[in-house]
Order: sequence, then structure tokens, then C-alpha cells
Amino acid sequence: MKAIESFETPRPSEVNYINAQYGLKSWLLTKDHKRIALLYLGSITFFFFIGGLYAMMIRLELLTPQGDLLQSTTYNKVFTQHGIIMIFFFLIPSIPATLGNFLIPMMIGAKDLAFPRINLLSWYIYLLGGIITIYALLAGGVDTGWTFYTPFSTTFSNSYVVAAGLGIFINGFSSILTGLNFIVTIHTMRAPGMTWFRMPLFIWSHYATSLIMILGTPVIAITVLLLAFERVSRVGIFDPGLGGDPVLFQHLFWFYSHPAVYIMVLPSMGVVSELVANFSRKNIFGYSFVAFSSLAIAVFGFLVWGHHLFVTPQSVYAGMIFSFLSFAVAIPSAIKVFNWTATLYRSSISYDTPMLYALGFIGLFTVGGMTGLFLASLAVDVHLSDTYFVVAHFHYIMVGGALMGYLGGLHYWWPKISGRMYPEGWGRFAALVIFVGFNLTFLPQFVAGYLGMPRRYHAYPPEFQVFNVLSTAGASILGFGMLIPAIYFVWSMRYGKHAEANPWHLPGLEWRTQSPPPTENFEVTPVVTWDAYEFAPREEIEVVGKFGPEAERI
Amino acid sequence: MQSWIPLVPDSASTFSWKVDALYFYLSGVTLFFTLLISAVLIFFVIRYRRRTPYEIPRPIAGSHKLETLWTIIPFLIAMTMFAWGARLYFEQYKPPQNAIEVYVVGKQWMWKLQHATGQREINELHVPVGRKIKLIMTSEDVIHDFFVPAFRTKTDVVPGRYTTLWFEATKPGKYHLFCAEYCGMNHSGMTGSVIVMEPREFDNWLSGNTGSTTPTVAGQQLFQTLGCVSCHGANGEGGRGPTLAGLFRREQQLEGGQKVIADEAYIKESITNPQAKIVAGFGPIMPTFQGQVTEDQLIQLIAFIKSLPGGAATPGASPAATPTEGPAPSPAATGSPTRNIR
Repeated sequence: MKAIESFETPRPSEVNYINAQYGLKSWLLTKDHKRIALLYLGSITFFFFIGGLYAMMIRLELLTPQGDLLQSTTYNKVFTQHGIIMIFFFLIPSIPATLGNFLIPMMIGAKDLAFPRINLLSWYIYLLGGIITIYALLAGGVDTGWTFYTPFSTTFSNSYVVAAGLGIFINGFSSILTGLNFIVTIHTMRAPGMTWFRMPLFIWSHYATSLIMILGTPVIAITVLLLAFERVSRVGIFDPGLGGDPVLFQHLFWFYSHPAVYIMVLPSMGVVSELVANFSRKNIFGYSFVAFSSLAIAVFGFLVWGHHLFVTPQSVYAGMIFSFLSFAVAIPSAIKVFNWTATLYRSSISYDTPMLYALGFIGLFTVGGMTGLFLASLAVDVHLSDTYFVVAHFHYIMVGGALMGYLGGLHYWWPKISGRMYPEGWGRFAALVIFVGFNLTFLPQFVAGYLGMPRRYHAYPPEFQVFNVLSTAGASILGFGMLIPAIYFVWSMRYGKHAEANPWHLPGLEWRTQSPPPTENFEVTPVVTWDAYEFAPREEIEVVGKFGPEAERI
Repeated sequence: MQSWIPLVPDSASTFSWKVDALYFYLSGVTLFFTLLISAVLIFFVIRYRRRTPYEIPRPIAGSHKLETLWTIIPFLIAMTMFAWGARLYFEQYKPPQNAIEVYVVGKQWMWKLQHATGQREINELHVPVGRKIKLIMTSEDVIHDFFVPAFRTKTDVVPGRYTTLWFEATKPGKYHLFCAEYCGMNHSGMTGSVIVMEPREFDNWLSGNTGSTTPTVAGQQLFQTLGCVSCHGANGEGGRGPTLAGLFRREQQLEGGQKVIADEAYIKESITNPQAKIVAGFGPIMPTFQGQVTEDQLIQLIAFIKSLPGGAATPGASPAATPTEGPAPSPAATGSPTRNIR
């Protein structure tokens, strides 16, 4: 109790980053990381609802075995565009560009990111990529699947492949610049006393994410460029008819696109670490293990791309190595799950909305991660690859994982971002609806997948209908659940209760300034003398199962 | 079909139960850990709920013992999955000897199949029960994937390459054949059936479906009409061009010191792009046949060249006994399974 009261409450001030300046120009030319975060928030929400609309069209089409609602060409475009929009324009920027942008400087006690102008530039680049992609969709759409497999994409598809590829190519630079900005900021702009091992785990996970962004994204840029080059100038790179190698494309594509999964889920893991610790008022169990597991995922994540090619003419020996490494990369994720769970032991758990999302994340991510082992296992993957099992698996990671973390984080930091409280009752209700709807959508797909239902099928044999009906019912609930936060967040901006500086009573730096924060974040540069999640004085720290010098030191 | 909801598809090949067993093992471990984590979470969430608004629990630093434990145990479990999966994968992709060969050409959006005995099929494949069937597959356009859920196996069908898929059906019946690699507009229509028959029934089916020439004979005719004979000899004995008799699966010495195993993809490349690999001692004089021969005709030419007896090779459609193939395989052999015949 004394610990919480001892947190200094900043002097309430009328001026904050939102009302410091008015007018459209003050937003479009802002260099404030918090305002840029809001620009991103608005744009990714726009893309999320477009992607969601496509998802509903997919589910409605699959309600019946016959392809009766959409034509097959339309359906192929719909699932392609669902993937492109959701992955490149929602999931990859989601947490880093909004919550990361807003909170990395605040959590390490900095006034802004290292390169504020580059930060604004990255948003404009994102927007340009987005506009070009939207143009591709409106002009006639893309039908290659978000994976753009050659030679279909380079020679056979009659759709706007180059335009969509250009959008993704340009968007990649936004990702690279954001990653660069984060790394430099974390290295050079930490407040006095904010040592590496005092950083919140949110920062660690963003550091790992940024590494993937700057090392991986150039590869997808090169790949898309080669694809466009072959499509336009007919130089043989991937098309065997021109002397190219179609499997080479898959290697290049997945060299980025598998690590990209970790770009989506690592920030979410960072959010969940914050939520689990803060809503149980407990320091994270095994802090350094959770921190380093993020780096381990970032590094090993680059070595497993070949598990997408187990049924291609990739050598069986390469397949064996990729299988081994894919199992290895699962271990750091398991370590995180165990540590989050252990953190809750003898803690003080509140049931606020963000915590419900965090608990949901742990459960769903466990399912997503464990079903990943099926696909890492060579012989089972041979049967499962390109079936609905894969679809279910990666939605458990990307929706059950990445999206749950994003929503949890958005609720958690909403008072700080907007200065208003969201309605807690509605928040809990929506979290529950989303959890139920999500599971109903994707659990049946595991079964349909093992039974052999291939993905990207516009029509399917009737024996799979029961699973698709369940899935569509779940998707309707999920879609409804997603609308609730969209409505109450907007509502709360005007009508929500004013938020205190520290509504959750937490020790983190971002809570030691007013809500919403002033443009410069802190009136005085903070000096950090405490560890992350230090709710109680140090003397009281209890070491369970003493083992090795590390435990003694603490 | 059944009124109850099945959890596994029909089991109709020698792989089916093996893949199912591993699948059940994985499912068991997944269920165990998911239920364990969920149960512990739910217990903690209830047991340690916040009782007073300002309570602060005693911090716990962590435990290296526990961290070690929950790193090593999952790793060991993962390794059992890895070893089991890899072992079975080698079996799935090790092409068997003395299998019945069927040529498969995928194209947007149909499957064209031809038996070694000449019968052609579209989107249907008739096979006898209890015999090893080996599919030699290529694509005319984009990447497809030959997927038979009841056999628990699939392989990509890649343009410009020959991939193989093998299985041994164990139960007569009609099973789904799906294209599992997205291939454009009518991808979901690129489906068909594999019809597994009792051997006697299959023989009846074969004899009731004669009429078309075998790929080998058709290949021989092409060999004449395309003028291959003028350089390679009527029976592939060679001349201005390299000897083709007994070529298949043999190591070929190339100009410049490289060596290459003469497999389907090499023969195809030598027809469509003859300058790519020049056999030592020969000049780059052969014209390309790119665009002049279809994928079907390429397969026929390859079948003919494969059938040419020569040296130590055994004649006929079974190249099994060529010396480069090594000793006869045993199921446990960790030999060199190759499904990508480059």
C-alpha cells in the first residue's frame, strides 16, 4: 500500500499533446511520436475494417459447399486482399507503429524517438504504400494469394500484381524506418538510471521486433522487385518457361515472411508481459528469460523459413534441418508462457479488460504455438500443408495472439493515450464475445484441415460443410465483438470519464506523467532508481528455488 | 457419409495409420499442455484474485531451477516429435523400387494421367490395392499439388521439374484427389478421384481401356519424327550426339568437368535447352525443342529414353537395378531418399 501511495502524482495541467496545437496542419506535420502514433492508429483501423469486410465475405461464401455467393475469380481476389491488407497494412504495423510509437519514449523516459522527422516520414510512406494498394484493389484487384507464388503471379495472373507489389514494396520502407528509429532510441535515449535490465519487457520485445524489421524487410522488397521485374520485362528469374526457378521465389518470400510472423507476435508478447505483471501487481517471473527469449525468437526466426517448403522439391535433408530448427524456435515461446503463468502465482489479479485479453492471449497463443508443432513435424505437415489446419493455426497466432495483445494494450493504455476511460463493463463484455467468437471460428478448421479440406477453395465437398457453418457462425460473433470496442473507444473520446495520471496505480514511467501526456512527455527528465514492475521495496523480494548465483544476487 | 463427425479422413494407404499415430501423439501432447496451462491459469486467477484495492503481493524473483526444467522438458518432447516426423517423412519421400509408374501432368485446371501401359485418364486415377504406385509429375503452367487426404500424402507439381509421389493403397474405394497449391481461377475445381480396385478388377479395367499407345512407344515414334535418330541413333546408340542407351540414372560427364546424374529433369532440360549442359566430347550443335514438344510428349520421350537398354542397365520401365542406385533398400535404410528428381 505504501509503495503505491509513494508514487508521485504529477501536477494536473490543462495543456497536453492533443490540445497543444489545433488544426489539420498541426497533425499532418507533427513530429510528436504520440501524434504520429494516433495517425497510425487511425490508418491501421481503417485497413483493419477493410480486411475484416473481406473476411466476412470469405466466411459467407463458405457457408455452403457450392460456390454460389461470389464467382471464383472474385473469391480468389477477396482472400488475397484479406491477406495482403491484414498482414502488411494492419498486423505488421499494428502494435509497433501505434503502441510502440506512443510508449517506447515514455517507458524509457525520453522526450521523443531518436528521429522524429523519420518517424513522420515512415507514416507517409505507409500511407503511400496503402494508397497504391487500395488503387490495386479498386482498379481490379489481385488474385495471387498474399503469397504471390510464381510463376502464377509473374506469368499467369491477369490482375494488378505489380501495383499491389509496389504498395507492399513501399510499405516495407516504413517498417524499416520504424525499426531503425526504435533501435537507436532504445540504445541512446534511455533516461538516467534506466539500464537495459530495468527496461519494461515491452521495450525488449520491440527491440527484437525492430531487428527483424531492419534485417528481414529488405529481402521482401528485393523479392517483390524481382517479381515485378519478371512480370514486366519477362526476364527469367522465377518462371521456368523463361529459365527461372519457381521454388527460389518461395525461399526468398518465406525468408522474410516467416520472421514477419514474429514481427506480428513479438510486440504482442511484450504487451502481454506488461499486462500480466501490472494487473497482478507482480514483477515478471524470470525477467531475463522473458527478455532474452524475445531475442532468441528474433534470431532463430530467420532460420526456419524452409518449413513452408516441406512438400516442394526442397531436399529432404534441408527439410529435416528446418524441421529441427522449427521445433527449437518453439522453446523460447514456451518459456514465455510458463513465466507468465508463474508470475500469477501468489499475486493480486484484477479482472480488468486488459487482463482478460492477456489471459485470452496466453490460452490462444498456447493453442497456436502447439499446433505449430504439427506443422513443424515433417510427416504430419505433408498431410496438413495447404489445408485448413494451417489456416486455423496461423489465425490462432495472428488473431488469438497478435490481435488479442493489441486490443489488450489498447485498452490498457487508452487512458494515457486519450485521457479518458473506456467503459469497463462493455470492455469485459466485448473481450468475452471476441474470445468465444474467435474460438468458434477457428477451432472447427483444425478438424476440417486434418480431414483434408484444402485452403483457398471457393467450393468444397459437402462433407466439410458442418465445420464451415460453425466457422461462419463464429466469425459473425467475432465481427460483432470487434464492433463494440470500435464504438465505445470513439464514444469515450468525448463522453468517457476523465482519466487520472495513473488510473491503474502502476510504477511504470508512462504512468508518472499526466494523462494525456504533455508534448515533451515529462516536465522533468525522470531518474530511474527502480526495476521494471517494482511494486514493493527491494528487501521484500523472495527467491523461490534458489539456484545459481543469479538468484542470490537478486 | 456418416451421420457423426469424423476426426480423421478415410485411411487407405500404408502411410495413413502411421501419420495418424503421430497426429494423435501431437494432439495428446497439445491437449495436455493446453489443459494444464489453462487449468493453472484459471486456478491462479481465482485463487489470487485481488481482494482489497491496494494490496501488494510479495515479489518473487524467479527460479533458475524451474527455468531449466521448463526449457529442457519441452525441448525433449519436441525432439521426439521431430525424430518421429522426420523418420516417417523419409519413408514418404523415398521412391520405392519396382513400383507401377504413372505419369501425371497438371495444368490449369485438370489432372492428366497416363499409365505406363498407355491408358490415359483425366481427373481420375485407377490403381490396384496392395501395389506400390509411383507418380512422376510435372506441370504445364503454374505450381499445383497432388493431394490425396486418404493416403496422407501430397507433393507439389512444379513446372520445369519432375517430382514424385508414391503410395500403396490398402483399401478399395473412391477417394478425393485435390489440388492443394493455389493455381488460379478454378483451383477449387481441380479435383478428382483416386479409385482403388482389387488387383483382378484393376486388370479388367486395364484391359477394357486399351487403345492408346504406351508412352514408350509414342516416345519412340516421336524420336523418329523429330529427327532425334539422325544424331542419337535409332536405338539411342549415339553418333554425333551422346549415347542415350542406358543413360537413365547414370552419371554423365559434362564439358568443363562437372558431373550430373541423368534423371528426368536432366533429360528434359537437354531437349528443351540443350546448351545448358553439354556432354564431354560433344559440341553444342543440338537445336532447342522448346515450344515444339508438349509436356506430354516430353514425358513420352523420357519414357522411351528410360526404356533403352544399355551397359549394365536392365531394360524395361524399371530402372531399379542400375548400378548407381546402390543396394536394394530396406525400410529402415536411411539411404538417400529423393523426391526431387532434378
